Amino acid sequence: MSENVPADLKYAKSHEWVRLEGETATVGISDHAQHELTDVVFVELPVLGRKVAAGEACAVVESVKTASDIYSPVNGQVVAVNAELGRQPELVNREPYTGGWFFKLKVAQPADTGHLLDAENYAKQISG
Amino acid sequence: MLKRTPLFAAHQKLGAHLVEFGGWEMPLCYTGIIEEHKAVRSAAGIFDISHMGEIYVSGAGALDFLNFALTNDARKLQPGQGQYTIMCNERGGAIDDLYAYRLADEEFLLVVNASRIEADFAWLQSRLAVFPGGKVELKNRSDELAAVAVQGPKVAEFLDHCFPASAQTAAALQKNEIARFNFAGRIILVSRTGYTGEDGFELVAEADIIEALWDRLLSEGQTSGLKPAGLGARDTLRTEVCYPLYGHELDEDTTPLEAGLGYFVALGKGDFTGRAALAQQKAQGTPRKLAAFKMTERSAPPRPGYAIWSAAGGAEPVGRVTSGTQSPSLGLGIGLGFVAPEFAPANTGIAIEIRSRRVPAMTVPRPIYRRS
Repeated sequence: MSENVPADLKYAKSHEWVRLEGETATVGISDHAQHELTDVVFVELPVLGRKVAAGEACAVVESVKTASDIYSPVNGQVVAVNAELGRQPELVNREPYTGGWFFKLKVAQPADTGHLLDAENYAKQISG
Repeated sequence: MLKRTPLFAAHQKLGAHLVEFGGWEMPLCYTGIIEEHKAVRSAAGIFDISHMGEIYVSGAGALDFLNFALTNDARKLQPGQGQYTIMCNERGGAIDDLYAYRLADEEFLLVVNASRIEADFAWLQSRLAVFPGGKVELKNRSDELAAVAVQGPKVAEFLDHCFPASAQTAAALQKNEIARFNFAGRIILVSRTGYTGEDGFELVAEADIIEALWDRLLSEGQTSGLKPAGLGARDTLRTEVCYPLYGHELDEDTTPLEAGLGYFVALGKGDFTGRAALAQQKAQGTPRKLAAFKMTERSAPPRPGYAIWSAAGGAEPVGRVTSGTQSPSLGLGIGLGFVAPEFAPANTGIAIEIRSRRVPAMTVPRPIYRRS
């Protein structure tokens, strides 16, 4: 199975990705995760301003088949959520790394990402 | 070790997303649950149902034995006809729900749920031990037989292309009828039945020719839009039309009357296993009833196990969800659940507890989805 694992992102073992740009971390779920979930029909996002810790459940993604918790890959404060997912939850399936993002966090500098996987190691995890 | 059907290699070739289901490794979907669901509603879908069980009941006492072991009246069946029926324990609880086909005067085929094959066969044997009537032979042929379901409004237009031209056609079968057809030099069984609420057929064949049959159907159905469909779509399709799934709406502690299946319980046919308990429950009323419901606003889908509350609140839930999903046809959350009888009538306001929040819903007439 060839799945898309962009090289510029960091990954949690629980299949979230994070894109770090300055003090902003954008979070979504990997192509592998959306494929495993099947058709996404609903996404529950955290409230703005919520402080979340790395590994904390802070969103829920519902596919036809099941509900799954989404864990924040890093510590931070929620500064934006992807409201478009309320109208088009299928963006999570169609564009997992772009239009299907979940939320953005304001993170401390430098962000603690030592526990996350790089693309190469995440690709190894999902092929294993 | 998970069991695999004789179509496992075919599923792998199609790139199926495989999951565990009742001890079997089965396709959840091939391209996507919603796409496969819509293919079945608008054109055609093909499902591997080889995991289901086939039990043959034959002999001079077969008809009377089945009328003793099952709730529906098997005397209504002419050779070539089938009926939905339930096998109950003495308390009226469901051992399984199944299809019984009369293949000949003294030969019946029971098609049972995959997870219940052993339990059903053992139960039938124990019933046979106390059956006072004529000679009956039970044979579990689940391992040597395989099956596919071809479902959807366009199936009748291509199914007969799979069989040698003859006066008898599958398209001429009436609902619930079953007949023998030739395929690959063998006899297969074709019935006009299914689990999707659409027109459709189920085909039972020996395991070694099922892949040839699957491939032939996919090829003959291609121009009609036939798509392989997995258990994901099978579940959303059956939930929309409120067909029970054993282990969800039925189990050994749930009677068919509670599950709204009284139509399939022939209390007047004479004695049968569970009759006394069912007759008493019918007279007294069931303590809970199965209700179908729709979410009334955009929400997360309801899921099995979620609490059902009165719309007015209250200190205790009034029921529990047994099946729930996002309806691909309606685009909103739907489900089935047992509720206190006063909440079962259609158009009763209820709320489903989804992650500690009570989300408004409404009971609706069954089926939830009806082909327009």
